[in-house]
Amino acid sequence: MILTGKAWKYGDDINTDLIIPARYLNTSDPVELAKHCMEDEDPDFTKKISKGDFIVAGKNFGCGSSREHAPISIKYAGVSAVIAKSFARIFYRNAFNMGLLILECNEADEIKTGDEIYVDTEKGEIKNITQNKIYKILPVPDFMEQLLSKGGLMEYMKDLKKA
Amino acid sequence: MGMTITEKILAAHCGKKEVVPGELIMADIDLALANDVTAPLAIKEFEKSGAQTVFDKDKIALVPDHFTPNKDINSAEQAKILRDFAKKHNITHYFEIGEMGVEHALLPEKGIVLPGDLVIGADSHTCTYGALGAFATGVGSTDIAACYLTGKAWFKVPESMKFIVNGKKKPFVYGKDIILYIIGKIGVDGALYRAMEFCGDTIRSLSMDSRFSICNMAIEAGGKNGIIEPDETTLNYVKQRAKRDFKIYKSDSDAKYVDIIEIDMSSVEPQVAFPHLPENTKPVSEATHITIDQVVIGSCTNGRIEDMRIAAKVLKGKKVAPYVRLIVIPATQEVYKQCLNEGLAEVFIEAGAALSTPTCGPCLGGHMGILAKGERALATTNRNFVGRMGHPESEVYLCNPAVAAASAVLGRIGSPQEIGVKEEVL
Ligand code: SF4
Repeated sequence: MILTGKAWKYGDDINTDLIIPARYLNTSDPVELAKHCMEDEDPDFTKKISKGDFIVAGKNFGCGSSREHAPISIKYAGVSAVIAKSFARIFYRNAFNMGLLILECNEADEIKTGDEIYVDTEKGEIKNITQNKIYKILPVPDFMEQLLSKGGLMEYMKDLKKA
Repeated sequence: MGMTITEKILAAHCGKKEVVPGELIMADIDLALANDVTAPLAIKEFEKSGAQTVFDKDKIALVPDHFTPNKDINSAEQAKILRDFAKKHNITHYFEIGEMGVEHALLPEKGIVLPGDLVIGADSHTCTYGALGAFATGVGSTDIAACYLTGKAWFKVPESMKFIVNGKKKPFVYGKDIILYIIGKIGVDGALYRAMEFCGDTIRSLSMDSRFSICNMAIEAGGKNGIIEPDETTLNYVKQRAKRDFKIYKSDSDAKYVDIIEIDMSSVEPQVAFPHLPENTKPVSEATHITIDQVVIGSCTNGRIEDMRIAAKVLKGKKVAPYVRLIVIPATQEVYKQCLNEGLAEVFIEAGAALSTPTCGPCLGGHMGILAKGERALATTNRNFVGRMGHPESEVYLCNPAVAAASAVLGRIGSPQEIGVKEEVL
């Protein structure tokens, strides 16, 4: 898969309360959730971004609650992938289960807001066009690949049940 | 090779003799929990799959505790999704308002989670049940939907970290302080993806309520689960409640740990976590300059009967400081009833506290005590993230119930000794 867009850079330990504040959790409507994506970290986020842009962050992205509303709000806000040094485990799990692309990259810190990014998932590479640099994406475990290729956990489990 | 308690429980639930860290397994689930925030998504996914029946109506728990009693029309709609689903599938462990309590206090109290169980919950603090010697971890709504369908969930077997906690605790130091102290040491990703196993004499000496507080906050260090081997204390707690068989697992003496951390509690003061991460801990004596607008005593971390007793003991005969709001929220109906029977409710009301029906309420900034811009709260809850209790420019500090109660009287953060309460409470 090839993805291109601008980077929006955030720090370490971006938690799910920043991604989608709990005051909006009285609904699970994706469109409603998307309106408040990243609101408590960057109130103008949804106004600034264009479809296909990337969220880039440091370590432990998505820590805190288990709310799947967090990856849902990111996906429906039009973000094509989250690139981070590491992800909190429930967020990691949720992203694969529901189909938000997340990429682990040790050099995520080097990327800056506004950088033009080109991702080639097959090659496992992130190209920073603005800085003229190439970063490696950490490989995705086999099982996660299977989830992605089936189109998420529910499809995988339906097949498992049939088998 | 020896195995840890976590590895043994996981192995037993996927029909294997042995599992090793890093291995991916598909395991049978004993209980799948969801609440009024996370269940609607799970139910939607389940229904989209076209399935007609759930895997086992006795192994599903639905607890509408976050925005209930319904805060507004949207919340009422969400809670209704749970109720309708529970009716349709005749779900055994559905708890209506009046019976409902904060999920992680409620399920152990009712004997629904038992030692040796494998529990998933669409709530990150599901790790609380590790205090019973169960493997319990937070997952997302889609995991729950998949479990409704198949009774299974996938796991990567975590590496285990061992925390050996020794030393006689100082006065007014509880399970909450032990876990805050540990998170302060290792950081909010110090146990990322790992099992946190707690042992040592200090852990052994703790009540179940204090042990629940510890395992509750394993997630605040990034942990997959927190776990404590069952002992006499566990068995005494479980025996009065269990309505089915359960199994006790213990770690082998040659089990492998990626890290072993020794903690000496003998000189550790009650801890306060400063905004905006639970790792920003300081001893209470270094927080006495912080003035507060609101104090919340409750939640799945510290809303149990021991916490209510501690708070009441500190508050007895005292008054909440002018212009400070003290909100006390017993975590379950049973705890609420005990507060009435033991005269604790009267102490709270005499002191000038608002005493609420069980709910998560302000803990996640839902309702029942939201902060205005610039306001500051001290809470016995588990997260002090930006905006967690209200306005993005409000602040939350975390502490144990004794410090919370004393601070409500002082109008600033402080210890029970400062208002003349000297004795160890329990
Ligand atoms: S009390 Fe707070 S932390 Fe516990 S389940 Fe409720 S919202 Fe979550």
